[in-house]
Amino acid sequence: MSSSFSVFRVGISFAMMCIFHVSAVDFLPELSPQKFFSTLQPGKAILAYFCQADSSSTSVFLEELNEAVEPLQDYGISVAKVNCVTEETSRYCGKEEDLMKVYLFRGSVLLREFPTDTLFDVNAIVAHVLFALLFNEVKYITTLGDLQNIEDARKGKTNIVFSYVRAIGTPEHRAVMEAAFVYGTTYQFVLTTEISILESIGTEDIEYAHLYFFHCKPVLDLSQQCKRTLMEQSLTTLNVHQFIKTMEAPLLTEVAEDPQQVSTVHLQLGLPLVFIVGQQATYEADRITAEWVAWRLLGKAGVLLLLRDSLEVDIPQDANVIFKRAEEGVPVEFLVLNDVELIVSHVESDIYGTQTEEDEVSDMDGPNMDIQDDEVAETVYRDRKRQLPLELTVELTEETFNATVTSSDSIVLFYADWQAVSMALLQSYIDVAIKLKGTSSMLLTRVNCADWSHVCTKQNVTEFPVVKMYKGGENPVSYAGMLGTEDLLKFIQLNRISCPVNITSVKEAEEYLSGELFKDLISYSTLSVLGLFHPTMTTAKEEFIEAGSYLKGCFITGIYSGEDVSILSNKYAVTLPALLLAKHKEGKIESIPLANTHGQDIVQIVRNASLETFPEITVENLPTYLRLKKPLLILFSDGSIDPQHKKTILMLIKEKHLDLLTPCWLNLNNTPVGRGVLQAYFHVLPPLPLLVVVNLHSGGQVFAFPSDQAVTEQNLLLWLKKLEAGQESHITILPAQEWKPPLPAYDFLSMIDAAASHTRKVSECVKETDVQEDYKEQPEDQSAARKEPTGILRMKHWNRSNGFEEAKKPFRHDNKELCPKVS
Amino acid sequence: MGLSVAAPLWGPLGLFLAIALHSALSVHRASAPAHRDYCVLGAGPAGLQMAYFLQQAGRDYTVFERAPGPGSFFTRYPRHRKLISINKRYTGKANAEFNLRHDWNSLLSHDPQLLFRHYSSAYFPDASDMVRYLGDFADRLGLQVRYNTTITHVALNKDRRAWNGHYFILTDQKGHTFQCSVLLVATGLSVPNQVDVPGSEYMDGYESVSVDPKDFVGQNVLILGRGNAAFETAENILGVTNFIHMLSRSRVRLSWATHYVGDLRAINNGLLDTYQLKSLDGLLESDLTDLAIVKDHKGKFHITLKAFVEEGNQDADAVTLPQDESDNFAMRVPYDRVIRCLGWNFDFSIFSKSLRLSSGGDFSKKYPLVRASYESKGSRGLFILGTASHSVDYRKSAGGFIHGFRYTARAVHRLLEQRHHGVAWPATEHPVTQLASAIIRRINEASGLYQMFSVLADVVLMKENATAFEYLEEFPMQMLAQLETITGRKARHGLFVVNMEYGRNFSGPDKDVFYYDRSVGYTEDAWLSNFLHPVIYYYRHLPTEQEVRFRPADWPLPRPAAIHHVVEDFLTDWTAPVGHILPLRRFLENCLDMDLRSFYAESCFLFALTRQKLPPFCQQGYLRTQGLVATENLRQHGVESGLLQDYAAAGWHWQDSNQQPGHQGPGGYTPAPGPPGQPSDSNKEEL
Repeated sequence: MSSSFSVFRVGISFAMMCIFHVSAVDFLPELSPQKFFSTLQPGKAILAYFCQADSSSTSVFLEELNEAVEPLQDYGISVAKVNCVTEETSRYCGKEEDLMKVYLFRGSVLLREFPTDTLFDVNAIVAHVLFALLFNEVKYITTLGDLQNIEDARKGKTNIVFSYVRAIGTPEHRAVMEAAFVYGTTYQFVLTTEISILESIGTEDIEYAHLYFFHCKPVLDLSQQCKRTLMEQSLTTLNVHQFIKTMEAPLLTEVAEDPQQVSTVHLQLGLPLVFIVGQQATYEADRITAEWVAWRLLGKAGVLLLLRDSLEVDIPQDANVIFKRAEEGVPVEFLVLNDVELIVSHVESDIYGTQTEEDEVSDMDGPNMDIQDDEVAETVYRDRKRQLPLELTVELTEETFNATVTSSDSIVLFYADWQAVSMALLQSYIDVAIKLKGTSSMLLTRVNCADWSHVCTKQNVTEFPVVKMYKGGENPVSYAGMLGTEDLLKFIQLNRISCPVNITSVKEAEEYLSGELFKDLISYSTLSVLGLFHPTMTTAKEEFIEAGSYLKGCFITGIYSGEDVSILSNKYAVTLPALLLAKHKEGKIESIPLANTHGQDIVQIVRNASLETFPEITVENLPTYLRLKKPLLILFSDGSIDPQHKKTILMLIKEKHLDLLTPCWLNLNNTPVGRGVLQAYFHVLPPLPLLVVVNLHSGGQVFAFPSDQAVTEQNLLLWLKKLEAGQESHITILPAQEWKPPLPAYDFLSMIDAAASHTRKVSECVKETDVQEDYKEQPEDQSAARKEPTGILRMKHWNRSNGFEEAKKPFRHDNKELCPKVS
Repeated sequence: MGLSVAAPLWGPLGLFLAIALHSALSVHRASAPAHRDYCVLGAGPAGLQMAYFLQQAGRDYTVFERAPGPGSFFTRYPRHRKLISINKRYTGKANAEFNLRHDWNSLLSHDPQLLFRHYSSAYFPDASDMVRYLGDFADRLGLQVRYNTTITHVALNKDRRAWNGHYFILTDQKGHTFQCSVLLVATGLSVPNQVDVPGSEYMDGYESVSVDPKDFVGQNVLILGRGNAAFETAENILGVTNFIHMLSRSRVRLSWATHYVGDLRAINNGLLDTYQLKSLDGLLESDLTDLAIVKDHKGKFHITLKAFVEEGNQDADAVTLPQDESDNFAMRVPYDRVIRCLGWNFDFSIFSKSLRLSSGGDFSKKYPLVRASYESKGSRGLFILGTASHSVDYRKSAGGFIHGFRYTARAVHRLLEQRHHGVAWPATEHPVTQLASAIIRRINEASGLYQMFSVLADVVLMKENATAFEYLEEFPMQMLAQLETITGRKARHGLFVVNMEYGRNFSGPDKDVFYYDRSVGYTEDAWLSNFLHPVIYYYRHLPTEQEVRFRPADWPLPRPAAIHHVVEDFLTDWTAPVGHILPLRRFLENCLDMDLRSFYAESCFLFALTRQKLPPFCQQGYLRTQGLVATENLRQHGVESGLLQDYAAAGWHWQDSNQQPGHQGPGGYTPAPGPPGQPSDSNKEEL
């Protein structure tokens, strides 16, 4: 196996050289005849072109010869140009320029001479030279009888590679010769240019070159025919090589390994593997089936026989076929296919499938471009026929807008009915309306900006969607929260009270801080904020009120500036002006002095205070914690968090061991998408709960706390230390790819270009065509100018019907179609 | 006569009067002329439209009008009083901007009462309604118009302090002068076009010909011209004449074939119908300048060749007639009347030579020569507005008509605001995630783009790294190279131009615009669309003046890096999610090399924890705590479509471990890495 693999590698590299060296510029050595004959080495082939010293007419041939230098060199064949100067003539020097010839020597022996017109291009040069050198290895035949004789002679001995090419010197011929150079000693190569031979083998489509592999070696009975396998790909060096490699591979391999780990030459050649799942009891029958499948799939896929009972890996009970694609990292497929034909067609459709995928990649016209890949657009579209209870919200128009928003406190959703994101939000908005039905003092309204464009522009709404609150004749407040039911509801509810609320007494302040005062709103705000000011502190109050308006709809804020405010400041041990933050969840009241703090800073203080030390992370609150720009320490939990774990982490937080991280936990029941996150982190999911450090902001490494260790303070600390010291290795690195366009766009520019040159051709055609004829055909068509759009139209239909394969060469095709008389 | 008799009698007094008059005049001359930053000539639709914008911006301006009221042209023309600009009062849509696409008579203003549909219920309204409308427009908006002021002379006075290095000095019929920093000429086309041929004195002009059909009973009538005025005149008398022959240099152009509203409108084409249905009426083509008219002794008119008349024989009855040599000459019958309906020319006579205001090229002699910014090529600060500015888009778009020049006046005003007052061209700035929406919105409602197709275009200026963009409306697209100076905005990071176009080979006088299969339905064939449809050009850099001037033939703009056609739509409603919006998004994505899809918050959450970079939609929405949360309904659809995964479902399986995190977009599509990334790259190269 390993040796054949290395042969394969050599083969590949030689094929690559053939491909790439064509363009490389290698100089043709120029020699005098004398010098030339002195350089000839025994056994070494050299192709020499004898020409007049300064002839120019042969330059085209010289260019081709120049190009052939490299590829020929790969086969150990040198090339030289010999200048025939008058003083030292050689018999190889022709008398006239036209009669200049090319000679192939092996050592000093002349093998062949070629007129230059035989060697019309680099393919022809390589093909002819190899053909001459491999005279014994490649049998050229002209009759079916010849083929029969060779076949009979080879039975039980060697396999045959039989190929048909349309002519000697074609690129296909070259490909065959190059293959023969490598495999000529292993297989008998047979070549023909006779279509009749191919016909008799039973090929239908004989326009192109063909290559067959005749399996003659296993045939021991002379009366039996050799099995034949047709190569279905086009005849190129690489394809021939691949094809022969698959013919060399064992027809059927028996394995007792995890299919995921199995690799054969097929995979390396980009072909899939098909595992026939059998069992010990039915081994014989399974093997026959597998062989049959193998014959059918020869050259298309590798076939292996896998006995279920000999394997530890779990295979789904009913699966009888396992399909493994050549692409790395793609999981194996377990299939239930009860018919050999089904297996074959599955493989073929897969090959076809990948081919079309490649086509999509290389072709701008891929049909997938019209498939919606925007989840919001697609979901909104799929929901278009459902009637929303829109009547729960008031639709505003140019006439009613101003009157409505000035006369009642209103929330306005500005949307455009053609825009998917708007329409998705409209659904949440309607849900809010359903929840609030009849209970809210706030009027829920909406404006369709597709209808009332000017209303939206006047409200400075030029993008969609936008939610604004119009309250008490003040400037409207733009909603800046999550575009979903929950947060909208919270915004509306919290705006029922003013922001800040004026607290009138110390008693009320205490009620406020305890959560008694706005009991029904506590669930919407994690914090109750209370500003404490002495009545004389007007600037500080203004700053706080400004901050309050920023925090509208996010938190409950209140202000107390009674004469007896010192009772509170004393109680909470803080100097005035001050901020009291009541965290209801934790049952804590924090106090912060506010001397000379600006409104924006107050906003920041409140926002920071609202962050929890060990929050349950959710889709809604993740962005708030990401702002801290620290690596996340996430505990993934299937359900509520283990109190012991919580205690451990809280302890570590308290001891300031986690200051460089954002510790949080994720409840997979509340945030099921967490499963998707875990899937990205782990190849095999260890049991939950799981502790993970994700370095999102620098590097993207993900580290997992060993699942075999108990979550204790000690273990965690040790692990974190190791992390810090760089001694832990990451389990994965998050991909850092940019978000590129998911699919290409139509390239109208090149379509226009193509049509432009097409039109040019058409008008040329029209010019050349007999105009009289045209009149006969279309008596009513008097104007030649009308030709133009017709031409384009025709092209349009043609493009549609013929798919993209041929679209690459529109001119040739169209010319044929439109100018029959010219050609 | 009376004066000469009276003179001796009133001698001393007359002398006194003369002195007083003289002193008054000289005093006036000595004092500095009244200064205005902006002077507008003419209180027609264009003059009033410009006045409105100047008024709104609080600029120092005056409109000069020789008649006692606005829109004096419409008090006399069209002679038969029927306007051929449609007054479409119902479209079934509430969108006021969209409705202006089908309102050909209203001027732009903030006042919804000033819409023409409130002034007439006729689809083809009466011209006097236009006069009434224009009067209301000037009054309600309080525009500053000096009526009864005929500007008789306009000259240039060089002055270094002036905005443009010179002032325009206007002199009225009373000798009053006005000094203007900027002159906006909206005088329309007021001089009837004449042909200088022998016998032209026998022609009746459109401007004075009788409109009473009784005057044509039983007559042979020859009408010169092929425009709407000619056909309107013919239509009026078609039923009473013996026959009408219409003679013009080139073939008749039907506006429904050319898509040009200035060509013959169906409402006027009754004569074509009878001509083709073998009545006596007919159309002829000949070069008018070769002809001559001779009047015989019975007072009838004969058509002959100029060359025959110039042979010297002045006796009318003896002039050689074409039928003398070719006895089947088409116009061998004598005519009772010859009516000239040859259109109008701009009145160049009041402008001093120093203004270098010259007429356009061969094809637009009747118009003054202007740049695509409507500024005269001769003197800076002189702009031509309204009908007279039609040389910019003559026979192409609607710049010669109210429904077109109301927008070009706005464009000129925006240019002036930037040039003289430092007010940049109005623009809105948005994050890149709004790009497709911004374009979709405009192509579905913008009336300026629709009416002034291929003349005014929207421009999207990308900001650095393409994270945001500025949207500019209705910029004169031929001035694209000068965009930065005209708008005061920077175009350093690529730009899109949003235009509306007909198909390249669709319009033309000889085109069959009703051919079978004329419309395109497939998005991949969008570039073959024939009817007016949006076309978006992408440039990595602002094109240079050279590139604009030497752009490919038939292209309204230089060759872009990429182009997108939004497929034509029968309803001109380009909001179909897959037919219109999706291909547009793909185009924008590939130009900017980014993923512009929208995602629900849950997807953004997943990306935020599993990838180092987020798509723009998540960055600009979710990360700023403005993520879009899917309702249960939508989530369900998402799972069904395969674009979302139901992680909570019992059936959700841990997928194979070998799958890379990169493959974990919702629904298993591959966002950035892998094969789909390739085409965008290769596309990039092709762009």
